[in-house]
Order: sequence, then C-alpha cells, then structure tokens
Amino acid sequence: MAEIVKKATRESFGETLVELGRDNQDIVVLVADLADATKVENFGKAYPDRFIECGIAEGNMVGVAAGLASCGKIPFATSFAMFSAGRAFEQVRNSVGYPHLNVKIVGSHAGISVGEDGATHQCCEDIALMRSIPGMVVLNPADHYEMKAAVKAAVEYKGPVYLRLGRLAVESCNNNDDYSFEIGKGITLREGSDITVIATGLMVGEAIKAVDSLAAQGINARLIDMHTVKPLDQELVIKAAKETGHIVTVEEHNIIGGLGEAVAACLCENCPAPLTRMGVKDVFGHSGPAVDLLKEFGLCAEGIEETVKKILK
Amino acid sequence: MDAEKRQSLALKAAKVRAGIIEGVYNAKSGHPGGSLSSADIFTYLYFEKLNIDPQDPKCPERDRFVLSKGHCAPGLYAALALRGYFSPDELKKLRHIGAMLQGHPDMKGTPGVDMSTGSLGQGISAAVGMALAAKMDGKGYKVYCLLGDGEIQEGQVWEAIMFAAHHKLDNLCLILDHNGLQIDGDVEKVAGLEPIDEKLRSFGCEVAVADGHDFESLETAFNAARECSCKPFAIIARTTKGKGVSFMENQAGWHGKAPNAEQYQKAMDELNSAIAALA
Repeated sequence: MAEIVKKATRESFGETLVELGRDNQDIVVLVADLADATKVENFGKAYPDRFIECGIAEGNMVGVAAGLASCGKIPFATSFAMFSAGRAFEQVRNSVGYPHLNVKIVGSHAGISVGEDGATHQCCEDIALMRSIPGMVVLNPADHYEMKAAVKAAVEYKGPVYLRLGRLAVESCNNNDDYSFEIGKGITLREGSDITVIATGLMVGEAIKAVDSLAAQGINARLIDMHTVKPLDQELVIKAAKETGHIVTVEEHNIIGGLGEAVAACLCENCPAPLTRMGVKDVFGHSGPAVDLLKEFGLCAEGIEETVKKILK
Repeated sequence: MDAEKRQSLALKAAKVRAGIIEGVYNAKSGHPGGSLSSADIFTYLYFEKLNIDPQDPKCPERDRFVLSKGHCAPGLYAALALRGYFSPDELKKLRHIGAMLQGHPDMKGTPGVDMSTGSLGQGISAAVGMALAAKMDGKGYKVYCLLGDGEIQEGQVWEAIMFAAHHKLDNLCLILDHNGLQIDGDVEKVAGLEPIDEKLRSFGCEVAVADGHDFESLETAFNAARECSCKPFAIIARTTKGKGVSFMENQAGWHGKAPNAEQYQKAMDELNSAIAALA
C-alpha cells in the first residue's frame, strides 16, 4: 500500500499533464481564463508553445480544440464543468462528439463541492449532459491516484473524453499496488454479499469509510469504484445485482442523468434489482463550505452508512 | 484574369448551380438560396484557390475549407463532385437514408469535407483551430472558412475572430457570403450588422470587399489575402441570394425550401441554357 495522501484531483490532473506532455508533443492545453483553478498553469510554464489561452469564450475554445484535433493534436479543453460541459454543450456535441474528434473536455469544480460560489457554479448536470452525447467517454476519477491513471488513459484513447475534476482535497483510496485502470472497467474496492454500493468520483472515499464502518458492525457491503460512468461496466453491475441484491449508487451529481440512472437502466434491462440512488435530489445547491454542503446533502460516509442500514433493516 | 479562364470558371459555377438544384429537388428539402449565392465562391475556391488533391483528401499538407454556414452543403457537395471527390450521382441522393451526403456536412462520411458543421457560428472556431495547428507545426497550409451574413449574429463568430487576431493567424481567410437575407427576412431588419467592414477591422481583421459573383473581383480579394501578414483576412463578398435561378433571386423564402417539379424544370432549363452558352 502506498502512503495515503490528501489532494484534490485537479492537482494530479495538472501534474500528470505536465508529465505526459514531456514525451507526447501532440498534447495541447486550452484554457478559458482559469489556468490556475484548473491546475494547468504549470503545463503552460513548461510548454508555452502548446498552451493556448482562449480567454472567457468557452464555446470558441471547444471549437478551436476540434480544429486542432482534426490536424492531429490531442487537445485538453479545460474550464469549470459548468462552462465546458454546460455552456459549451452544443459545441461539444456538434464540433467534437459528432465528428468523434480526439478532444478531451475537462470539467473542473464539478458538483456542489465547489462550495461557497453557490448554485450558478455547482454543476450537477455535467455527467448527464456528457453521457447523452453518442460516443463520449465519461470519466470521474475518485482520487489523485486514479486521476493520474485516467489522464494517461484519456491520452491513449483516440476519441472524445469528458474528464471530471474535483476542487476539494480528498484522501487517496486507490493506492493498492495491484491497481489497474481501464476505461469502462469498474474497480471492486471491498468484497461483500449483503448489498452493493457503487460510488463515483469524490464519493468513493466517503463510501469506503461507510463500508468499513458497516463491516465493523457485521454488515458486508460490496463497494465498486465506478470511475467510468460511460461506457458503464455493465458486467460488474449485473454480477453485483445477482450476488448481493440491492444496489446503492452514490454520486455528487443530480440523481437525474448520472451514475444512478445509468445503473438503473442497466439493471432494468438485464437483471432487475432494487436500487437506491444517492446524489443531489433534483435541486439546486447553495453557498457554503464544501464539506458542510456534502453533509447537508447526505453525500458523506455517515449518509451512506445510514442509507444502507435503512435498506437492510 | 483572362476571358478564357473567366468563362471556364463561369461554366463550372453553372454546373455547381445545377448540382445544387438537382440535390435539393431530389431531397425534397434543403437550402438552395445560400448555396446558389455561394456557388461562385465555391467554384473559385475549389478550382483556383485551394491546394488540394481529390485523390488524397486527407493529405496533412492540404489547404482546409470549413463551411461554417453548413446548411449550404448542397453547394459544397456540387463543387466537390465536380472537382472529383465523388461521383455526381451522389448529389441526387442528398439527404436520403444511407446517403453519403448528409443534410449538413459530415467530415466522417464525405471525402473532401474538413469539418462537420451546421450549428451556425461553430465552424469558424474549428477553422481557427486548424490555422493555429498549422502555425504550431510550422506548416504552410491555409484555412478558408465561409460564413453567412446572418450567421455572424452568433457571438461565437466574434469570439473566434478575436482569438484569430490575437494569435495573428494570417493563414486564415474568412469569406462572408453577404447576400443580405436570412430566414426571417432582410438581415438588416432582423438584427442589423452594418457596418460589417468596420466591425471586422476593429476585431483585428484585414478586410476586402468583393463582388461574390465576379471571379476577377474574387481573385483580387483573395490575392490581397495572400499578401496580408500578421492578421486574419476577411473578404466580404457581396452576393445575391438564389443567384442564377431567376425566380429564386433575392427571395428570402428560398432560403430553405425545395422546388416542386415545375419549378425544378424551370430552374434546370435556365441553368442548362447557361451551361450551353458557356460550353
């Protein structure tokens, strides 16, 4: 086991890009006046010729990225999720998704954990928007360790990818030596037969705490880290449903259109099983410290533990 | 430009126009008005300007063309077919199920199409990205992008122009098909744009005005673009919507409507006479 480190996924995203940019000259980074916040500033310092400041014009940034990709570049178009996935949705759909260009759309500051900025900046719809685009891969890594692997995989994969970054520092949870990341393959972090918790992104760390606490109380919950929301690892979901019955999904996203619905569709079509979706329950967020907000919305270890207990009662 | 070349281009343009009518009529839908107004521009680009090879449509060194006003695909397709990218028979299958030629350009399905376009204001950004890629790679290819005048009401167009000017993309040439009409009517009445030349200049472009139906005028403008350095170049091409088909000329109603059998016949008669006179 590697050392447990507390770090935001946006940090390792920035670091990994600098690392990969050294050998891969095709990687270019586009940013819309948020170089520091999206942690690509160091890429700009290391490779100024491959760093494109677009100013506050996200639609144009995505289109420019499409043009660059059509000429062989691997562009990372970065902004807050609200703007890269939200504001520029149509550009992502028509200029990147439809021609299946090799553009990586990066949405940082996703979910309610942006905190104090409030509802206008708390994008809880990005996964829904991006997964609705045909051919779009949607990655939502859990910790800095997984983010590093996800960025590498995104570079190797030829086609459009949406990569979701968090702003909040979180403890590493995927630090096993045998860890292997593959797009479309979920990772079973805890074996268990009583129930299955499927978490994605920042919720994986909280889910680990919840599942470990439940284990201490004699409840054996299986835990799956679903870093790829699309394509969903259907095989793993079906197996869990068959072996454990009830499934709980946990995401820092609206329960509409995100992981929960992806899992629901998979279950309904393949292996009907009871499902409980934890997430932002179709409401807007509001200002407040990130950790307090997550607690308020039940998106914390205690909330997950409580939900599982209620289901198994 | 000598008379012979002028006539040869005029003949090709008349054939492009016939291809447009053929396509839109058989599709029973589509956009003849703007396709016809751009027909001479397509012809000039594909037969005089672009450094391209229909045998090697993806050649990395080729000049790029982006049809930002993607609804004028029938004009682009007719020019590509005439230039040898695919059989002219494809034009008759425009917009049909399973056809190579989609209602709006699809770079994955049609040889010679450099960018999928259709949502107005988006093609220009991709063209800018291509021009930037050429600069980053030290390559000499040029990027041409055709926009509609109504299209420049989209804010993204101006984001893209500011970006291109900021990055001194002198390998980018914008062509504005300025026919003065959009779906809802007169562009100036819908949401006025004038003075377009001053706007383009103030956003950092070098600007030339041309008669979009006169090859000599187009050539003068494009040559000026070649000499321009450190700035993107924009050509405001004054055109007539529906040009070449008498009853479609200057009629906003022909923006996105297919002719019926009788209208088709009349249009083809006019265009075939033009072709016969030029051949």
